[in-house]
Amino acid sequence: MLDKVRVRTWAPPGHVRTPSYLRGKIGEVERTLGPFGNPEQLAYGLRADPLALYRVRFRMGDVWGADAERPEDVLEAEIYAHWLEPV
Amino acid sequence: MPHDHHDHDELSPSGHPYRADQDGPLSYWQVMEIAVRELMIEKGVTTAEAVSAQIEAMDARNPAHGAAVVARAWVDPAFRARLLADGSAACAEMGFDVGPMRLIAIENTADVHNVVVCTLCSCYPRNLLGLPPDWYKSRAYRSRTVREPRKVLSEFGLELPAGVTLRVHDSTADMRYLVVPARPEGTADLSEADLAALVTRDAMIGVGVAKAP
Repeated sequence: MLDKVRVRTWAPPGHVRTPSYLRGKIGEVERTLGPFGNPEQLAYGLRADPLALYRVRFRMGDVWGADAERPEDVLEAEIYAHWLEPV
Repeated sequence: MPHDHHDHDELSPSGHPYRADQDGPLSYWQVMEIAVRELMIEKGVTTAEAVSAQIEAMDARNPAHGAAVVARAWVDPAFRARLLADGSAACAEMGFDVGPMRLIAIENTADVHNVVVCTLCSCYPRNLLGLPPDWYKSRAYRSRTVREPRKVLSEFGLELPAGVTLRVHDSTADMRYLVVPARPEGTADLSEADLAALVTRDAMIGVGVAKAP
């Protein structure tokens, strides 16, 4: 089971639902959802692989560093399994 | 001038300039939509009536649906627990279909305030709240709500106390989010319908709180 995860720093072309501002950031899995079809395939009418979808919780301080408005606030986003690596 | 059509420097009777007509050329996607719709009607796949009925159904969805869900959660602890555990199933119980997108309900408490944004586009729980407001789709709201959410909330008139943790939900994929605002003080005697009237659209996005009675 995933716990602490890092968002991959890939930058592929095309339809991707992993926001740039979270790439390379470390967070914790808040809950596991899915499986849902991979949107990177669905967007092009391809047969989509079912993927787990993780709600990942990031500390604002880990996302924005010293510029964070209040480092203890949190941000949660849904990230597909293939975009996450264990830390 | 060949005829007495007014020019656009004139002012209206109320003293404001006339706004230019919005009849520029159709965009690529507008032409595509018209072409596909007309072809489908010609080929008998759908009818103009069915298209109009679907548009009416979309327009009929409005924040009163979400407000009814929130009010039920305030008065019925078992429903509240089911809503927080599985938002879609709880809404379906009340007759609100949330469609193919799954709903997550997130609750504001004395210690936590939630706000929803979709940085990638404009994902929104339309079946419960209707069409999103224009500002929700603006680049300013979408980019600033993850970067400086407290400042954004203060511009909506909501100053979060320092002791409250802010939780920003970026609706990046398959889930949709409904904020369950805290029940206002002094509402112990109100009916479920009267409570629902206190639940604003902005409170369910998280840029506001429920109204005081």
